[in-house]
Amino acid sequence: MNQQQANNQDQSIPGEWHVRYNYSVGKVAGHFFEQLKHGKIFASYCSTSNMAYLPPRAYCERSFSPCDGWVEAGNEGVIEAATIVTAAFENLPPPPYAIAYVRLDGVSTAMINFVRDLDLTDVPKAAERLKPGTRVKVRFAHEREGRTTDFHYVLA
Amino acid sequence: MQSTPVAITGVGQTPFKIHHAEKTYVELAQDAAKLALDHAGLEPGEIDAVVFSMAPTQFMGVNDADRWAVEHVWGENKPFMRIHTGGATGGSALQAAYYHVASGLYRNVLVVGADRVAETPDAQHILNLIWDRFYEHDFALNTVTMAAMVGQRYMHRYGVTQEQCARVVVRSRRHAKQNPYAHLKGDITVDDVLNSPIISWPLRRFDICPRSSGAAALVVSDLSTARRSSTKPAFINGVSSIAHTVFMGDRMGYRAEADLSDHDAFNRAAQECYRQAGVIDPAKHIQIAEIYDPFSFFQFPQLESLGFCGRGEAARISDQGGFEPGGLVSVNLSGGTLCTNPIGVTGLVRVADAALQVMGCAGANQQPDVHNAVATSIGGSEQFLTCALLGDDHLGRN
Repeated sequence: MNQQQANNQDQSIPGEWHVRYNYSVGKVAGHFFEQLKHGKIFASYCSTSNMAYLPPRAYCERSFSPCDGWVEAGNEGVIEAATIVTAAFENLPPPPYAIAYVRLDGVSTAMINFVRDLDLTDVPKAAERLKPGTRVKVRFAHEREGRTTDFHYVLA
Repeated sequence: MQSTPVAITGVGQTPFKIHHAEKTYVELAQDAAKLALDHAGLEPGEIDAVVFSMAPTQFMGVNDADRWAVEHVWGENKPFMRIHTGGATGGSALQAAYYHVASGLYRNVLVVGADRVAETPDAQHILNLIWDRFYEHDFALNTVTMAAMVGQRYMHRYGVTQEQCARVVVRSRRHAKQNPYAHLKGDITVDDVLNSPIISWPLRRFDICPRSSGAAALVVSDLSTARRSSTKPAFINGVSSIAHTVFMGDRMGYRAEADLSDHDAFNRAAQECYRQAGVIDPAKHIQIAEIYDPFSFFQFPQLESLGFCGRGEAARISDQGGFEPGGLVSVNLSGGTLCTNPIGVTGLVRVADAALQVMGCAGANQQPDVHNAVATSIGGSEQFLTCALLGDDHLGRN
């Protein structure tokens, strides 16, 4: 290796990827999103296992049979796990914000969303209010577009 | 029926650090391959197949970079397969190599890979993209925020404190001082950890692993090669893995079959691993554990699920020094994943560090009388879990 090459060994070349997609939603998610527009959260239900799933899915993998119904989730639920994010990550929302897995009443599984309207200035203090077992309720946006971001959680 | 003896006969690692500016990705992988071949005393021509350990290639920025690596790791004209189970990739790659040799079809298989997680500033953006696009992608999930929620749940269930987690970080960084390959190392205090900035409650900066670059390789061989090898082989006496749904919300709450925060799939994975080796009491038979712990609380639920202690007991045992040499089991003497996380080969590094202890090649960290060592890895949203049991003798049972 000559001197010129040695001097260039720390060089780097910049690069970026730009990739675009259109994700096909399908029937199950399509129904769920349509109901969100009406301010309702529907869980897919399997009468064999008695499991109500959020996020909804076409097939109950426990009973090995298709989900054969829909049940409307309760407007309230319980936090199973939560965090308050205080660091900025590239392409993620500006901090601070709180997210939680919440099991809505009448549903067997937990679904993630933001927890809003909580003072996050003192993080350890705010975290005390997000412990597993805490009751929360669903709040829908006035303008809804049929996406999971149409609703969020607030403390009950 | 007695299982076919399969052994690790060579281990190679490069130092791990934030950048390897002096080498390309494939040159790094090549370095580890050469080191492992030299350790095993084998020439590239004696390798019958190559398993390439590579997780998402978006970190290093060449799509499906295994193609680029083929000739650099002497894979030309040989069966070559890439394995990818996220953070569990290295553990799964070992499993694939084990099956290659245990089948009797291959004598020597090279497992090799490299990663350069810090080649992009968008690593956590890439990790956000692994979540379900329709229901979960919009809620700022990445490996840190995911782990924070699991940690909050675990610590709440068992009353584990941030201070107890901080002690694991202090211990890991101290152990890493003796590991020439470790990325983060040095003497820090519990207060240093507790005073580091909160990233995602309850995780602070020092509770979280670094983004590492580097490479690792293993040579996996049949008994005839192991017998004529100049190094003491590490027999692979058990390999197992468990996969779970991407939906973490299925794994919490009273209807859940498994609780995510307990890492309880390791219970089943470990039982399978131990059954293969005929190990009944892990604390009695296993001296070394290399635990996949990119976050400070991860050791606790795993050591519990691996059967070293009961649920909720690991933090107390940790406080009492039970996971140090002379205790219940020596955990992550390498510094573990908390000190070094080159994602695509992290699972391989866990196995490599466990193997070095069994082979008597662990340098300043070498413990006396190591007969059995366990290594774990986890990938995805705690979805792919692998477990491997290595020993200084063949313990096949099935």
